[in-house]
Formats: sequence, structure tokens, C-alpha cells
Amino acid sequence: MWRALVRNHTSLLGLILTLILILVAVLAPIIAPRDPLKQSIRDKNEPPSVSNLLGTDRFGRDILSRIVYASRISIGIGFGAALLGAAIGTVLGAFATYLGGRTEAAMLRVIDVMMSFPTLLLCLLILTVLGSGLTRVMLAIAIAFIPRFARLSRGPTLALREIEYIEAARAVGASHLRIAVRHILPNIIGPISVMLVMWIATAIRIEATLSFLGFGVSPPTPTWGNMIQEGFRAITHTPRLALIPGFALFLAVLGFNLLGDGLRDAFDPKLRV
Amino acid sequence: MFTYVIRRIAMVPIVLLVVVTIVFFAMRMVPGGPAYALLGSYASAEAVRQLEIELGLDRPVWEQYGSFLNDLLHGDLGTSIFNGRPVGPELARAFPYTGALCLATIVWGLLLGVPLGALTAVRRNSFWDYTGRVVSLLGLTVPPFYLAILLIVAFSLKLKIFPMIGGGELSNPLDFLHHLVLPSLTNGIVMSAFVSRTVRASLLEVLSSDYVRTARSKGLREGHVLVRHAMRNALIPTVAFLGVYMTLLLGGAVVVEVVFSRTGWGRVLVNAMKQRDFPVLQVGLMLFSAIVVAVNLLVDMVYAYIDPRIRYS
Repeated sequence: MWRALVRNHTSLLGLILTLILILVAVLAPIIAPRDPLKQSIRDKNEPPSVSNLLGTDRFGRDILSRIVYASRISIGIGFGAALLGAAIGTVLGAFATYLGGRTEAAMLRVIDVMMSFPTLLLCLLILTVLGSGLTRVMLAIAIAFIPRFARLSRGPTLALREIEYIEAARAVGASHLRIAVRHILPNIIGPISVMLVMWIATAIRIEATLSFLGFGVSPPTPTWGNMIQEGFRAITHTPRLALIPGFALFLAVLGFNLLGDGLRDAFDPKLRV
Repeated sequence: MFTYVIRRIAMVPIVLLVVVTIVFFAMRMVPGGPAYALLGSYASAEAVRQLEIELGLDRPVWEQYGSFLNDLLHGDLGTSIFNGRPVGPELARAFPYTGALCLATIVWGLLLGVPLGALTAVRRNSFWDYTGRVVSLLGLTVPPFYLAILLIVAFSLKLKIFPMIGGGELSNPLDFLHHLVLPSLTNGIVMSAFVSRTVRASLLEVLSSDYVRTARSKGLREGHVLVRHAMRNALIPTVAFLGVYMTLLLGGAVVVEVVFSRTGWGRVLVNAMKQRDFPVLQVGLMLFSAIVVAVNLLVDMVYAYIDPRIRYS
């Protein structure tokens, strides 16, 4: 699997980008040259220099440090939301699909209604009710992801449902719950994990959009989204304040997307050489 | 086929009812109550109570729900708490802007995406294919609001060709179009990435099929084969894709309207959410999902019409 992953150039790039990003996020306190929250009005809006490699924002805070610390939050929310949504959605979807009949049909209806709504609006609505903030953003995105993972888990579950050893287990008297947990779930974790990486990219992007719109994490806590929002206000005279964090965001989304693509291709039995 | 259409149409009011009910009760589940949320945490208890009475929030919930539905059925769409104006005319005024944005986005998406997809399929594994696929990958991964900012910096600030703010005046078509270009181009680029991938995949499949082989062996020019035979069939999945893309399209419209400060439903809804203006939200979100369902239905019907395989199944 690893060799297939590395041989493909784009997925290799994705892997490298993702690893760098995770490292940066984890090592943020060590890597960041300055305190991301420390203001210094005297030095506001400085262009890149030796002391501030990416310049300063309108409060005099070092942009590079803010971007480094923002990676923690953006990637953290991305991971958290995707994992939470995947866990709940996969379990619900697999169980309902396995049971079949009316349960399955009812679940499909609910999924269809939930997915006919733009994800962004759903998250905005949830955040309007709950209020903004880090954990709530993660929760909102996770909720939006649940129907998608429920639907994603249908395929592998349907394939497994008909296999003989399930029938044998039923014949021996295993309960539905036991079968679902011991046989179905372990086998669908594989394909779901591959999809998970791409959804982390989506979660990062949605968090940034929500923060940009003012519904996500609020300043002064830096996230790429709200840095872009603050930078956007000064777009006419200092475009780099919005463009630089945006580029970091773009690299993050790109990295996870490429990695996800690569993983999917590496696991695809049709492409096995 | 007929019963299928009837059943789909019958689903529309059900979905609307579900959406409006969810939003209605969600608004009233805001911690502290909607009046408290409207006034903010520094408001006194009497002020909150006063507002609750004014807005009719002190009545039993089911009574509020009933009278809300009753008003809806009589065409009364409620009044905005924030500016006191009726919701209906506000939404009606903003509708042409959002509608034009969506249409223009689809135009850009197809205009840029179909040729790109065709190019990458026909010149498979060539330089053009790789470049085209990289371009479509960029379109897929770049966050739309960042792309909007990039376009603004390039075309509004540096080159000064297109305006950065606003939707223009409806009465002045040229001004309207002028304000339409950048917002629709942003979402159009994103959409074209998806479209080019869909077109590439289906065209590759079609080009290796038997009837194309027959057409070529008959001696027809490659261009003729491509356009008159291959593309027509390859475009069918693209139509299906349009239906799927609807929700992404509308979500993108919301973002773009905020970035460009453009009049439109997206911005109305986002502002209403910021201000907790729940009458606007209740009706706005309901109408929004009405549009999604209606367009989905339309696309499905068009798809069934152009793909004879579905009709006969």
C-alpha cells in the first residue's frame, strides 16, 4: 500500500504536505517566533521583514506566528469534526442498512432531506442556535457530516449483509447487535477511513468559511478563516493580510485532498498492478 | 413515469413543512429564548419579557406554530424584527440577483468545464490532459471565498476592470451584468472543475464504445464523431450532475454574496442569522429548500426525458 501511495507523484505531495501541516500544528509553540496574541500598535501593518517574516497585521501581531498557531485550530477542528461525524454517521448508517426494511427506508428518507440542504447553511443554522465558538463549530460540522457518512457506509454494509457467515451467525443465534459490531463494523472501517481523509479537507474548508463569515471561532484566537476575514477589511490597501493566511488554508486543503485521492487509488483493487 | 412525477411533486410540500418546522422550533430552542438572544446578555429581565410579549413569544408554542402556519397559508410571510419591513417583498427584491448569479454560475461552469473535460478526454495522458487535470484539481480544492478574494485583488484592485462591491441596479442591465461577472466567475470556476471531471469520465467511456467505433470505421471525421455522436451521450451524466450540484451551487452563492456584498437571498439569510431575525429565517430557509427541491425535480425530469434508457425501464 505504501509503495503504491508513494509512487504516485500527486499523492506523495499530499502526504508530504499533510505531514508538514500536522508537524507544524503539533510543534506550534516551538516553531512560532513570536506570541500570536501580543499586540504592538507601533508596528502595525509592517511588510515582511527580518523580525517578522510575513509581516504584521493591523494590531501589530506577527502573522507567521498567527498562521502557525491557527493551524492547530483549523486542523484540530478538521480532524475532530470529521472523526466525530464519521463515527456517528457510520455506526448509524451501517446498523440501519444492516437491519434493512423500514428502518433502512426511514433512514434513507432522513438522509435525503438533510442532504438536500446546503452544508454551509445547515452549519450556519446550527451555530445560530448554539452560538459560535470552537467546540460548537466542530459539533456543527460533525452534524452536517453524519448523513454523508451514513450514506457512505451503506455500500460496504450492503455488500457484507449477504455474505454467508452472517447468515451462519444468525443461524447460531447471534443477535443483530452482536453481528453488526463483530462482523460488519470492522470490515467497513477500511473504506470509510480512506474517505475520512478527504472529508478532513472539507471540514477544514468549512471551518474557515464559517470563521470568515463570523460564525466560527472569533478573534483574537487565530484561525485561518478569521485571519482572512480581518485581512479582507484591509483588502484595498494591504491585500497580503488576507492572501497569506488564505494560501496556508489552500495548502492544507490541497494536502489532505491529494492524500485522500492517493489513498483511494492505492486501495482500489482495480488499479492493483 | 407519470405516477413517479406526481409522487415527487407531492413530496415538495412535505419537505417544506419539515424544514419550516425544524427551523421554527430550532429558533425557539436558542439558549435563553429568542428574545434574550435578540437583546443580548446585558438586557434586563423586564426588557426581555416585554419583547417576548410584543413578538407573541409568551404564547404556548403550539399556538405560535399554528398561527404561523395559518399566516403562511394566507400569504403573510411575517415581518422582520430587525428593520420592521415585511419579509415577502424583501425576498422578492433580492430574488433576481440570486437567480441571475446562479444562472451565470451554471453558464460559466459549463462554458469552462465542458471544453476542458473534452480536451482532457480526447488528448488522454498527454500534456494537455495533465495540465487540464491539474487545473481542475485546483478548482476543486481552492476554498471559494479565497478564490473570490484572489479575483477581487486581481481584477478589481489591480486591473480595476470589475467592481468589488454590490449587485448593481436591476434597471440598468449593463451595470447589473458588470457586477455579475466576478461573483459568478468565482463559483463558475469551482463548478467547471467538477464538470470537467464528469465530462472526462463519461467521454472516455463513450469514446471506447462500439457505436463510436462504428462511426469511425464508417469513415466519419473525428470531429463529427465527437460532436454529433460522442458528446451527446457523454453529456447525459453531466445533466444528472447538475441536480446533485444544486446544493453546492446555492451554498456557494451564499458565500459569494457575502464576500462581494451583493444583494441576494444568501446575504439576507446570513444577516438574519447574525441578527437572530427569526421571522426572516423561518420563511427564507423554507423558500430556499423549496427552490432546491423544485430544481432537483426539474433536473430529474429533464434527465428522464433525454435519457431514453430511463423512460423504458
